[in-house]
Amino acid sequence: MLLSRVADSMYWMSRLVERAENVARFIDVTWNIMLEQRDESINAWAPLIHVTGDYELFEKKHGEPTMESVVEFLTFDREYPHSIYSCVRQARENARTIREVISSEMWEYLNRLYLKVSDHAALGTQAVLDSHPFFTEVRLAGNLFNGITDNTLSHGEAWHFGRMGRLLERADKTSRMLDVKYFMLLPSVTDIGTPYDELQWIALLRSASGYEMYRKRFGRITPLNIVNFLVLDTYFPRTLLYCVTKSEESLHRITGTPLGSFSNVAEQRMGQLRSELAFSSAPEIISRGLHEFVDLFQSRLNAVDEAVYKTFFELRPTPSA
Amino acid sequence: MTKKTVMQFKNYEVGDFFDEMFTPEGTPRPGCAALYNRLTSLSDGELLRYQKSAERALLHSGITFQVYSDNRGVEKIFPFDIIPRIIHEREWNRIEEGLKQRIIALNLFLQDIYGPKSILKDKVIPEEVIYSAATYRPICEHIKPPRGIWCHVTGTDLVRGGDGTVYVLEDNLRCPSGVSYVLENRRVMMNTFPKLFSDLRVRAVSDYPSKLLDMLQFLAPEQTLNPEVVVLTPGIYNSAYFEHSFLARQMGVELVEGRDLVVFDGSVHMRTTSGFQRVDVIYRRIDDDFIDPKAFRPDSLLGVPGLIDVYKQGRVALANAPGTGIADDKVVYAYVEKMISYYLDQDPILPNVPTFLCWQDKDRDHVLENLDKLVVKAANESGGYGMLVGPHATPAERETFKQKILAAPRNYIAQPTLALSRVPIIGDDRLEGRHVDLRPYILYGESIYVLPGGLTRVALKKGSLVVNSSQGGGSKDSWVVAEHHNHHETQAQTQAAPGGS
Repeated sequence: MLLSRVADSMYWMSRLVERAENVARFIDVTWNIMLEQRDESINAWAPLIHVTGDYELFEKKHGEPTMESVVEFLTFDREYPHSIYSCVRQARENARTIREVISSEMWEYLNRLYLKVSDHAALGTQAVLDSHPFFTEVRLAGNLFNGITDNTLSHGEAWHFGRMGRLLERADKTSRMLDVKYFMLLPSVTDIGTPYDELQWIALLRSASGYEMYRKRFGRITPLNIVNFLVLDTYFPRTLLYCVTKSEESLHRITGTPLGSFSNVAEQRMGQLRSELAFSSAPEIISRGLHEFVDLFQSRLNAVDEAVYKTFFELRPTPSA
Repeated sequence: MTKKTVMQFKNYEVGDFFDEMFTPEGTPRPGCAALYNRLTSLSDGELLRYQKSAERALLHSGITFQVYSDNRGVEKIFPFDIIPRIIHEREWNRIEEGLKQRIIALNLFLQDIYGPKSILKDKVIPEEVIYSAATYRPICEHIKPPRGIWCHVTGTDLVRGGDGTVYVLEDNLRCPSGVSYVLENRRVMMNTFPKLFSDLRVRAVSDYPSKLLDMLQFLAPEQTLNPEVVVLTPGIYNSAYFEHSFLARQMGVELVEGRDLVVFDGSVHMRTTSGFQRVDVIYRRIDDDFIDPKAFRPDSLLGVPGLIDVYKQGRVALANAPGTGIADDKVVYAYVEKMISYYLDQDPILPNVPTFLCWQDKDRDHVLENLDKLVVKAANESGGYGMLVGPHATPAERETFKQKILAAPRNYIAQPTLALSRVPIIGDDRLEGRHVDLRPYILYGESIYVLPGGLTRVALKKGSLVVNSSQGGGSKDSWVVAEHHNHHETQAQTQAAPGGS
């Protein structure tokens, strides 16, 4: 048994740490691409804003994306709720409301991370760009936090809510990154076969920390295999199928309903999403249009999130007469 | 390497105050010699390093509070000084006895005041004092709380005057906070001075959460086999949120907010991921005003609508009981000694601070004539707010208070400015005396338990008499040390000679 509010906070705490880590990784990877980029006309920073889905908001504040403005927006903008600073701050606020549930190690680590991000926020964007290990540290921090969580918190209901939040966020981010990069490199179905920028594809895999694992499985870089890997690989922990499969496991551990059946709308939608993915193939996804595929995936993911909220967090009494 | 020894007691000034660690002649008081020896054996660097590492431990564990006046709501660590305040067991036993006596009398008073009112009928306390108090709750009339206990958790503020007398300054029967600092400070101190700690056989405080849970379970209204106890917090923006969370964690019970609870079918339930779960005992850390918008302030979003109805029907226990705030009114406080004689037919063991009641003409005249010597307090404020420390105030501030008193005499009391006792702290470049109070915590359940020692609050600003955390105060660990002496004691008395004056 878990308080609904506590489950909610656990879910969001994990989601937000994951989000911060992803943003840091995206910036880190982009930074590295730009170091190697010879073609001055290519702006690798703009896609980072497209990934967030908040391009309009960004444009209103900063106009054209530049390295400074993108990093400022995604890292320290206090008003932007998905900046690293805001995510870590909110994650910590959530943790603060469930300190009696999480382990002290988790709290202490998240608290330290917040203090570190605040300190850097005070130094400003330029200072962080000058000594760029900050983003590496935040990436590492996300992983450390997950490790601490897995090793110091009982793998009971609270842990499963946390894991579900973490994995749903991860599926969301991997799919968005895939969508944006794919569009940039291969704007339409007929473009398949045009010379592509290998560095950019590698960057996409690195954005999902999946470059090495991809190489091990497929060797050569091809768009088809990249889709195959990032969407459908069942072993790599950042692919869409992996994230959804494990989220579904957690959901069923929470309710006790056997996998393969459902007792509430959250389980139903999650099950539908997972089977849809599990029975897809990469050529099929590409021929139907990757963008359309990701769009549909995103809306299904939102439906799952909504159903989780309704089923567990927003409980209404039905008093007996 | 030569030791830098600026931070030594030879420069320490006891001054014209009662020092908790030294006699006026500058020798360590009974129980303090071992501490004295340990501290003098340290170099400045070591002492400061201990201090820093204690502060770091507190910051990392997030032991922080928020100040209301700070709009950004930034968390700060509660300033902490590693030199413990020592209380000799002999003295402590007397204090403990006095506190128990007082809390029994106060509980009888609460039973009486919301029941038969004999103390009013017998004219020991004037009726109008009670009915004019902002914290008197007519809604509590005729309520019989579980086991007849009203004040389950009390945090009495004690101060010591220049002559060494320990007075009760405030009773704090509503939602006293600070006990988590005692427990966490102790954890840090046991790492800082492990050997000293065990040598001195300092009385333990770590069983407080167990005692608290026992007490709360004792209140469960029916013969519930496993009563569901929860801690009710206003939420993370409350300055004491850390403590609420800490206590829930230490007791292994749920920490709930108002929105987690819902009243239906005549009981209180909490929302959980597996449906609604009945709640039997609520350790509430929300003030009466906000606890139930149907019973008290309708604009409160923090409370649980309908809670008081369920409570009145005896289907949920609340600790502390609503209504206890009447005894925190500073005018009512002035009558506690009389309550002790009235209900228990005993002499008070711990005296009140002499108190002038501004609603009485004679007292008011005296107060207005002596504003530069007295401390004036609003009858219904706490936390050091709404207070005038006459000798430290400007003429303009005194004039403001004069007008306030004349406008609403019932709302003000005055007390002599006590020369609060002092203890050494680690100052910027030397050890210096600072004023302290002491807040022991009392649990009233099947029996009465007094936490040995309690929270020593210290006014860190030089000369300041205000110890509240919201007003720049800090804390110290308080050690009740046993009677047993070891060889350190005699050794120290021959060596020690800090400069008294």
